Order: sequence, then structure tokens, then C-alpha cells
Amino acid sequence: MTTLPPPSEKKLGLVIDLDTCVGCHACVTACKGWNDQGYGAPLSDQDAWGPAPSGTFLNRVHSYEVTPEAGVAQLVHFPKSCLHCENAPCVTVCPTGASYKRAEDGIVLVNESACIGCGLCAWACPYGARELDQAAGVMKKCTLCVDRIYNENLPEVDRIPACVRTCPAGARHFGDLGDPDSAVSQLVAERGGIELMPEQGTKPVNRYLPPRPKDRLEETAPLAPLLDIKATGFAGWLDRLLDRI
Amino acid sequence: MHPAPSVILFTVLSGMGFGLLATLGFGLLPVTGWAALLFYGVGYALAVAGLLASTFHLGNPQRALRAFTQWRSSWLSREGWASVASLLLMAPVAAGAVFMGRLMPVLGGLAAVLCLVTVLTTSMIYAQLKTVPRWNHWTTPALFFGHAVAGGALLAGLGNAPVLLLLLGLFMALSFRTGDRRFADRGHTLATATGLRGGAVRSFAPPHTGTNYLMREMIHVVGRKHALKLRVIALLCVSVLPALVLLALPSGLVAIALAAALHLAGALVGRWLFFAEAEHVVGLYYGRR
Amino acid sequence: MTRHEPRLETSPKVSDEVRRTTCYMCACRCGINVHLKSGKVSYIEGNRDHPVNKGVLCAKGSSGIMQVTAPSRLEKPLRRVGPRGSGAFEEISWDEALGIATQWLAPLRATAPEKFAFFTGRDQSQSFTSFWAQAFGTPNYAAHGGFCSVNMAAAGIYTMGGAFWEFGQPDWDRTRLFVLFGVAEDHDSNPIKMGIGKVKARGGRIIGVNPIRTGYNAVADDWIGITPGTDGLLILSLIHELLRAGKVDLDYLARWTNAACLIDETEGEEKGLLLRDDLGKPFVIDRRTGDAVPYDTAGVRPDLGATHRGCRTVFQHMAERYLDPEYAPEAVAARCGVSAARIRSLAAEIAEVAFNQTIEIDQSWTDFRGETHEKMVGRPVSFHAMRGISAHSNGFQTARALHVLQILLGTVEVPGGFRFKPPYPKPAHAHPTPHSYYMAGRPLDGPHLGFPHGPEHLALKLDDQSPARIDKGFTWENPLSAHGLMHMVIPNAVAGDPYRIDTLMLYMANMSWNSSMNTKEVMGMLTRKDGNGEYMIPRIIYSDAYASEMVAYADLILPDTTYLERHDCISLLDRPICEADHAADAIRWPVVEPDRDVRGFQSVLVDLAGRLGLPGFVTDDGRRKYRDYADYIVNHQRRPGVGPLFGFRGHGKDVGRGAPNPNQINAYISNGGFFAAEVPDAAKFFKPWNRAYQDWAVSMGFYDTPQPYLFQIYCEPMRRFQLAAEGYHERQPPDHLRDRIKATMDPLPIWYEPFGEEGATGYPLHALTQRPMAMYHSWGSQNAWLRQIHGENPLYVPTNVWEAEGFKDGDWARLSSPNGAIVVPVAHMAALNGDTVWTWNAIGKRKGAWALDPAAPEATKGFLLNHLISELLPDRGDGYRWSNSDPITGQAAWFDLRVRIERVDPPDQAQPAFPPIPSPVPPAKRNRP
Repeated sequence: MTTLPPPSEKKLGLVIDLDTCVGCHACVTACKGWNDQGYGAPLSDQDAWGPAPSGTFLNRVHSYEVTPEAGVAQLVHFPKSCLHCENAPCVTVCPTGASYKRAEDGIVLVNESACIGCGLCAWACPYGARELDQAAGVMKKCTLCVDRIYNENLPEVDRIPACVRTCPAGARHFGDLGDPDSAVSQLVAERGGIELMPEQGTKPVNRYLPPRPKDRLEETAPLAPLLDIKATGFAGWLDRLLDRI
Repeated sequence: MHPAPSVILFTVLSGMGFGLLATLGFGLLPVTGWAALLFYGVGYALAVAGLLASTFHLGNPQRALRAFTQWRSSWLSREGWASVASLLLMAPVAAGAVFMGRLMPVLGGLAAVLCLVTVLTTSMIYAQLKTVPRWNHWTTPALFFGHAVAGGALLAGLGNAPVLLLLLGLFMALSFRTGDRRFADRGHTLATATGLRGGAVRSFAPPHTGTNYLMREMIHVVGRKHALKLRVIALLCVSVLPALVLLALPSGLVAIALAAALHLAGALVGRWLFFAEAEHVVGLYYGRR
Repeated sequence: MTRHEPRLETSPKVSDEVRRTTCYMCACRCGINVHLKSGKVSYIEGNRDHPVNKGVLCAKGSSGIMQVTAPSRLEKPLRRVGPRGSGAFEEISWDEALGIATQWLAPLRATAPEKFAFFTGRDQSQSFTSFWAQAFGTPNYAAHGGFCSVNMAAAGIYTMGGAFWEFGQPDWDRTRLFVLFGVAEDHDSNPIKMGIGKVKARGGRIIGVNPIRTGYNAVADDWIGITPGTDGLLILSLIHELLRAGKVDLDYLARWTNAACLIDETEGEEKGLLLRDDLGKPFVIDRRTGDAVPYDTAGVRPDLGATHRGCRTVFQHMAERYLDPEYAPEAVAARCGVSAARIRSLAAEIAEVAFNQTIEIDQSWTDFRGETHEKMVGRPVSFHAMRGISAHSNGFQTARALHVLQILLGTVEVPGGFRFKPPYPKPAHAHPTPHSYYMAGRPLDGPHLGFPHGPEHLALKLDDQSPARIDKGFTWENPLSAHGLMHMVIPNAVAGDPYRIDTLMLYMANMSWNSSMNTKEVMGMLTRKDGNGEYMIPRIIYSDAYASEMVAYADLILPDTTYLERHDCISLLDRPICEADHAADAIRWPVVEPDRDVRGFQSVLVDLAGRLGLPGFVTDDGRRKYRDYADYIVNHQRRPGVGPLFGFRGHGKDVGRGAPNPNQINAYISNGGFFAAEVPDAAKFFKPWNRAYQDWAVSMGFYDTPQPYLFQIYCEPMRRFQLAAEGYHERQPPDHLRDRIKATMDPLPIWYEPFGEEGATGYPLHALTQRPMAMYHSWGSQNAWLRQIHGENPLYVPTNVWEAEGFKDGDWARLSSPNGAIVVPVAHMAALNGDTVWTWNAIGKRKGAWALDPAAPEATKGFLLNHLISELLPDRGDGYRWSNSDPITGQAAWFDLRVRIERVDPPDQAQPAFPPIPSPVPPAKRNRP
């Protein structure tokens, strides 16, 4: 079980558009809300109203600053959750088989009833995608809302992960990255979608669309004046302008 | 990485225990009767105590038996199998020595090999992790192996123990040094972690102002400023001081006990550093390692 | 061993039931699906059918479940038993609470209604609360717009009949260039995010003009890190560039604006007013004939270049002003912190998209003059702005400058540009004027708030011309204060200036904490006593659902429900949820019943109105007319056939106008909690001048007759105040305000230095606040999920200051202003204007409030900038301390703040620190769930 299945044809995952994410954290709490009552144990919060609140979240939004050598700095909001790697190191390290990758669609899941809570899978993950719930003692992670995307009790349009459904800016896309013709694959191809930390060899399924080049306003040429107002005076300017009607 | 007492005790105690059992199994200290009871007893006690300690950090220890299922892929599962197998296989050897005064070199040798395999599987739990470059290197199994061998020799009071301890010390120093560079050598940066280009990338704000499991578990920066001091203490206690004690004091249980106590203390400090100084790549995302 | 996966239930039942209602976290008011399991809320998501959010939901909305279960929820009515501020209360019954309130209020109504002041903070039912206050008869009512964004709202209404957020929005489906000024988060939060997503997906461009590059500015393709308070200057410089190049929409200006109207230039009491015909209609010169004709004459071609008896057009006055070299990019660059080259490029890009990338919709329409246009032609440049540019003492004129810029480009109410949301557009003259005449035992003479057209509409007492309102709204100090000045109520009442009051009633307004300038002083004012040992404000009634900081400073607490336990209506009479293509309104209804002894505040007001016998709330024989707020929502009629909700009227089919329908609320519930009516295709653009729209608006009940109008580039009402200051009005301003009125009430947009600059010597930096998106406008700092995201707030410092002061991560600083000093943690930010520091607002909490542990980071590391801001400016040597507000509207000038910073050793907690207040609710449990 802990061995990885042969690479699936279907590779479900997320494409996250860093050029569009405004950092609103909607995906963070929508995920928390759905998964607090969905798959497996609730996502507990310790010291919830106290001096050091700390809870389990399956999706968190970082913020980075990129300062070019010349020009103004940029801010990039960076949501991060499980990337459902093809070479998922979190799966192979698991001693109990609780951590597994679905052969059918590539989703990486934790079978909580088999999880001993050793934490090794979280250590093996380069992306910080797994958090050990302090109340349940089991490893929690993004399930890609496996209890939504196939859920026949939901209208078809809602069979997408909670984070994607809620994202106001539409910066999150869900689909089959194994199918080169899928909308998400097309998006990745068009926008040069990237893998995170490729040097780890994890082959993540999720892709990030990098921010588009920014701060090029000065490349626009200034407007040409109608005429030399100093020479013609205001009346000359007005004549020239109104001639055009 | 968070230097949890449970994993420090686990790796240090079980390593010494399996090291001593391996020494005994190979017949390097051919004891029988009460002496055998003492040495095998210490070996078993350390190994079992270490294994028990390892369960303290589990979220659901009642399911621990499930950890035996994934030996095909998981070093942690293999470690479980190897430790149980070596303890079981060593049992008749120990019983023979204690109760029947008989040595069983073939079976003992086999069990001893298994003990060392156990230590290697333990080390591989850490060495396999690409996410922790300091560990992800042949020096990690070598270090664990060295600790087991030298620790076992020390506890068994073997004459070559001082030499082995000094060699271990040298190797520890070497692994400290080479470990320091490895994160950088692997080329993991915030830029590779985020894929962001076009300038210097810096963490502006963490996702939450509070802490979380990942930060507590994998971003341990407390006490690192004392690292150099602690390294010296670890080296002295693991290696130099016990070797001096063994050389200076008349051989016997007193010398062994004193040297072993020093060694154990040093090994605990060294193992604390092994964790505390290990930087997980996830720290990049948080702007601190 | 073969690989086998555990059996997985991929189709679990989601919930027992879904109830659809409306979110309450901010002014966005999205539709939500509330899932219930065993009668308890289990999950909240956006409602896909809802016109506002179309299924998406922000971080606050998605955390609503933590709001409904928060340990800080008040549980019972409370009466103060210890000194005010001590937090000593006893629980009382509702009967007792309402009895006390009646006992306090009835005599006031009978003798001196102005001694009762009613101000609401987070209120989404202002048409109801103002109606209530009007019936009571007090002139002292307003909501929180005065310390929020009245500059933007009022400037928009005076200029073009509406501003941004619930008044209008960019044409997200068509705009190609979106320019965003001064916004962190916004009232229109989800629609803006959805819109930005749409623009991005189409490959459109976004330009952010903001000292701080977070949020929307972070995704902007270009960021202009302007110096705070100079946006107006930048905008006028853009206008200079556009005019110089002739890049303005002359046809649009001539047809739809007062640019072709003529300004009287003869000396006297009419100087500067528009020339009018005998019927009082402004006239224009028809280019075809040269004749002076009313602006709305069929077929007229108004001449922008006309001169009539020595009087020139608005256009000429305007162009002459802005072509002046003082507005050239070089002249403003240093002041704005933006290079002249960038200003020029910005103007050029705007012009390129507006004039070279026009778009067309194949839809004919007929204008108010009767001319039919074959197509709807648009200029796909759109703008949005909010508090960032308006919370300055030059904010009104700056907001007006931005509206005029849009008008010059011809991009308002055209495809790809800015679009109004019904019931807007609605010009100032179609709104009420302010009313403030009160008589004992009688209702007020009309609605409190409105839009003055001249000094005759000021809220001044007829006898001595002193302010009629406690907040001095609509006085010479701030004549156009369309939203009142809630931030001045407590200081004025305590100073007895203009008079003392007896009872102050507040709803969801944290005046003893983050909603007041000068927080510490305000706490002192609330507890100050006069010579007789009576509190300066003798009685304070407060309603809130949560144990906010304000609770301890009230005498009677009326605990409100959470948003899922109440009836509400988001009404077209008020601040509706319309989108450009839809008129829409919505309700809230109790999707769960309260588990505490609390009541919705509006229902409590209905009850109190019955006890007080307020007209409109009782029948002729004095019996209560409405059982509760739900009953009012269904049966109240503001005008015959027009009530709080416009859908399902009459027998359930009538829209807009119709008799009350007893099943209306159930019909709304079945429809998902809202009702939407689509604007007809021919009416979707050019609304102020479009016959099809005007007729549709009348049929919807927005107004009773078509109201076409011209955009007011030249704002005549402002000129009337100038004329008064010049001596031409029977109402005369006090002498010390004359010069200021002449200078600031310019009928064409101007820029002047924010007043805060005067005392800024030695305070080189600007200090700003923003609300984080995950908390914007929400009463949710106690939210167990959100407080993990923002549990403390550093002061962000730009690189140059960071390096000059030698700051390192983890350092603290003392931040000083002319009003005081705070000691706070700092953090480095490169994407920040070099003269600006900022922090997240309202993260800091008082110890003991919100059921948080006194050691919570909100109370130990979180902080407010409010301590540094005074509601009064320093004495200018003339003996007067002017309000720290915009001189036109009175909007609180939060962002005029100037500071200096220095590194200090870390204290044990942020300074100033206040002693804990005892919590009126039991302590929270440790963990969740």
C-alpha cells in the first residue's frame, strides 16, 4: 500500500495563479470549514481564544516580496497546500500504509484509521503540506476534497474542491493535469506553469502560474501635445481642440 | 528539526543497546551466567527502552502494530521488523549464555548482524529524507553505526573501545563540518521553493501570525546559537573523556560505568544537535530554517 | 502483496438541510448557503445564484461558523452596577431593560428630543434606523459614514449621481484597463476580487495607485507608490496631460455634462453660478444656431467653446485651470513621490485605451432629448477608489477630481467604463436635503441626512444659527457632511458644544476603541463627570452581539443576535446589493434560533417604538403596528406601494411597486434569500440620460418621475457656499471660517495640502492603516480561525527608514505624532512608499474584551494607531482648534497622520497598555472543537 501506484493517467490537481491571487485567505478558511466537518477528524484548534492559538489548516497563504535590482518591489501571495506529487515521498515513508496515493486519480490521502501519528510523512514532505492534528493525533492534509469532487449529493457544478469554489478572484483552478487537453493543462502551457522545488524530485501535480512581468509603465510613450500652448495661448488651444468636433 | 526527547532517547538508547547486543552476539565478550545476565540485561534494557521511547511521540500509539506492514517501502517499518527480529533472535543466545553457560556463535553472529541492521534501518529513517539535507547523506548511517559500535564496545569494556571512541569522535567532527554546507550545496533556496524570479525573494509575512505544527516540528531555531559550545561538549563527552577514563582508570565496572555515563551524556547532546541543527527545506517557505 | 486502497465514501451526505440567507461580515452582503446538521450550523459557503457573489465567499464569510459560536457572544441584557468603565454589570430581563430604556427616552421625547442621540456603527438597515430616529424627533442621528468614506460617496453623488462600491462598479466584463486608487479592501470586496480575476483572465491591465503594495495592488501590473494625501494632485496632473494632448471626450462632455453650461462672470450675488433661463434651467449655446437654449432641448449640439455676454463655459474655465503649468507632471512629481515620466506614461496609457480601443455594443438607445443612438459605444478604462484617497482633509476634492477625470475620458456609464448600480444614478438634487428642525413630542421635519444645495440647507438653528446637530453636521465647518460625523459625537457632547445631551444610543460602534480617534481620551470622556457628579454623557445605551470594548462604557446593554439568528433586509431604500445589470435586495432570516436571551436590535427598536408611541410605528389609537422587524419589513410602506423589499409584492408577482404581501419573506426564503430584477438591455448603459432606464427606474419605484440630469463637472452648490463666504447670502459663516470656505469649496476640483501637514515639522513620515482582507469591516477579531491569521500586527517600515534606523527583525520602535506616542513591533517592507509606515487596523484589542485571554497577542503585541490621531487639529494661533476632518464633508482625516520613528528596546508589551476590563461573558474554553 505504501508503495506508490504506477503513474495514473488521470492526475487531479490544482493550478494556482500567482498573478491573480490577492491574498485574501478565502481558500484558507473555506478549506478549514469544509474539512472541519468532512473527511476524517475535525481540524482542531488549540488555545483557540488564548495567548497562542494554533490549529490545523490544510491550506495556508504565504506572502513573499520580490525586489528586483532596479525598480519597485513586488508582493506575491502564495497559497500552499498538498501538491499531490507523483513521486510522493510522504507515501513511501509511511510505516502503516495510512498514507497512500490513489491509483485512480493520483490524489494523496491519509487513511486516518490506520495512522499512528508518527509524523514521518510530514518530515518527508518538502512543502509543508501535512499537519498532525493535535486533538486527533492523526495526520491531516489536503484531500483535494475527495468527498466533494465525486459527491453525487452535490450538484455537478459544485463537485470541485472547496477552495476553488470559494476563490473570489478565480486564482485557483482544478482539473486533470494528466490530460494535455484539459483546461488546467492548457493554462499551464500558456502561462508557463511551474513546479515547486523541482530539485526534490517529487514531481508535484499541482502547478503555479508565475506572476506576469510587472512595472513596465514607463515603456509607454508620453502623449504629444496638441500644439505649443505657450505660443498660441489658451484661445489657440481651444480652437485647435474644438476644430476636431 | 524539533529535538523531541522521545526521538533523542529512542535513537541514542536503542543504538547503544543494539551496539552492546551486537558485541555480545559476535562473542567479543564471551560472558556467561551472572555476567551475561548483566550485559545482556543492559543491552536489552537500552534497546527496549529506546523502542518504547519512540512510541511516546505517536499520535495514536495503540495502532503501533500497523507499523509492521509496510516493510517494502518504509524504513520505519523495516526498523520495526529488524528490531523485533534481532531481539527475538538474540533471546536464545542470551538465554543460553545466562542460564546454560553456553555460547552460540552462529546464531549469535546472525543476531548481531541483525542488531547492526536495526541500527542502520534507524539511521535510514533520517538519512532517507531529502527534505533534510544535513541528514540525507551516507554520513548519517555511518554516524549511527559508529555510535552503536563504539558504544557497544565501551559498554562491553572491550580493549579497543578507546580507539573506537576516538574514531567516532573524529567522524562526528567530520559530519558536523560537512553537514553545515549541505543545505547550500543542494541548492534549495526560497527561489526554487517558490519559483519566483526577477529579484531577491524574501518572506514578507507568514501565513498566520501564530505558530503551527510545521513550525514547531521542523523549524527549530531555539538554542542554535549555543551550537558550537554544544558540539565541543558532545565531542568531549562522546569520545575524548570516556576514552581517557578507560585509559586512565583501572579496567572494571567502575571505569566502564563512568565512561558510559559520559558517553551517554555526550551522545544525548550530540543527538540533540543532530535534530536541532538539521534544517528542513519547508523552513524556506517561512523565511527561517 | 497486492496494493489495495481503503474503501472511501466519496458521496457522503453533506448536511440535513441548506438554508440560504445573507452574510453580515462586511458591506458586501453576499448570499450564503448555511448547511445544518442536527439543527446546528455545520458549514457555510457562497450562494451560486446570488447576484453579488455568484457562489464565491471571502475568508470572513467562510469563517462565519466561528462567529455564530463565538464565546464572546453576549447572553442577556445587562445593567451597569459599578462605575462606568469598570465592567461591573448585572443581568436583567428584557422587560426590565426595555422598561429602563423607555423610562429614559419617553421624557426626552416629550421635552427635549435633541438630548437623545442615536448613532449606528455597523448598520445595514439605515433606512429603518433613520426612520425610527426621525419618528422620535431627534436631529441627532447618523451612521458611521462620517468616519469612513463620506468623501467618496458625497463627491460622487454631487459630481455624477453616485460613487464606487454600492453605487457603481467597473464594467468588469469589458474593461481593459482598471486603475485602482487608495484601496486596501473594500465594501465591494468579493465583486472587486471577481472583477480583478475577470480582467486578468482576459489579459487586461491593472494599475494600482497606493502607497502600499498589498492585496489588489500586489496583483497590479504596475504599482505607483504615491505619497499619501497627494492623489488629487496626481489626478489633476493626469487631467493636465490629457487636456494638453486634446485627449478628452468632447462629444460626451457636450452632451452629458455641464461642461457646455455657461458660468456667470458678472460681479454680484450670481457670480460663478450657471446662467439659467427664466424657468431656472441652465442653458447652453447651440453650435448649429448660436442660440442660447435649455440644455435638454431636442437636437441641441451644445458648444463647449461658446461665450455668451462675456460668460464662458464650464469647459473653458476648467481647461484653463488645469492647463496651468502648476499641474504639469514636473511640477507635481516630487510632491507626489511619482516621477514625471511615470505620470506621463500613465496619462498616455489611459488615453490609448480610452480613445484607441473603443468598444461597441450593438444595441440602440434613446436619450432624454429624444435622440436615438444606433450603438452603445464605450471607452474601456475604469477606475475605483476608496478610503485611501478620501480619508484626508482634502479627500472630497480629491474624490471629485477622480470623478471628473472619468467624465473627461467619457468613461462613465459606457461599455467598458464605470457603471452605476440601481437605484443609482441619483444626483444630489434627487436626494433629500438635510433636516434638523425638532419640536418636543413631534417627529423631525424630514430625513436627517441629505445633500445641501446651499447655505439654506445647513442644519443651523433658526434662532441663533448655532449647530442643530450634536456632531455639528451640515454646519459651516463641514457643510456637505452627508453622513454626519459620528467621530465628533462624544467629544462634542462632553464639551457641551454645541449643547449637552442626556442619552446616547449606539449600535455596533466601538467608540471606546478602534472606531475613535484618540482612543484613550475618548475612554476618559466616557467616564468624565461634571460638577454634580453626573457623567458628562449621563446615559449610554449600547447594542452589540459581542463583548466588544464598548460594552464596559455603557449603562444599559441590549444584546443583539448574530447574523444567522435574525431578520434583516438589505433594502433598495438603503444600501442595496444591486449589480450594474440587476436591481436586487435581500433578507436575513433566523436560520438558527438563538441559544441565549438575545434579540435582534431592529426588533428591539420596533418594540421600543411601540412603547414610546412613535408615529409610523403605532396605529392611530396608539397600538403597536409591528410585531417585530420581520413584520415591519413586510408591512411598512415608505410611499404607497413602495416598501423595504421590492420583490414579491402584491399577490407575489409585483416588482418594485405593489401592496404589502404577507408571504413576502417566505417568498424571499424560497428564492434563496434575495430578489433580483434584470435591467433591460436597452437600459444597461448611459443610465442618467437613457429613457429606457429612466422609465424602468420609475416602474421599479426608485423615483416617481424620470430624473435625467447632467454630470456636474462644475459643482454649483459648492459655489453657493463660496458666495456666502463672500458675503452674498442671508446666512453668513463665522468670520474665522470665511477664508477656508472660499478656498476649499471650489466648484472645480482642487488640491490642497492635507491640514495635518501644518503641524508636521519633525514628523517626516506618513502613517496609514489598512484592514486586512480576512477581517475587513468585520466584527470578527475574536474569530477562532481568523485570529490565527491576524493575531498581531507589526508596523511596516520602508527599506530606507529600516536601514537608516538600523532595524532588525524582531525590533520595536516608538512611533510619535503631535498627539502622542506608541511603542510597537516593526517589520520591513520594500514594496512601500519611502515616506510611509503602516499597519493592519483594529487587530489590537483591549485586555478582557471579546472573550479573549488577557495575554492574547491582540492585547500584548497588537496595537492601534488611533492613539496618535486627535479629533482636533492643533491650535493655529487663532484660538480655534479645527476638527481633524475634511472641511467640506467632515470626513475623519485618519490618513493625514504624520509621525516619526525611533528604535527602542523591546518592552514587555505594546504601549500604551491598558488595564484589563472584566469580561461580561464567561471565559472561553481552551480548545476547539
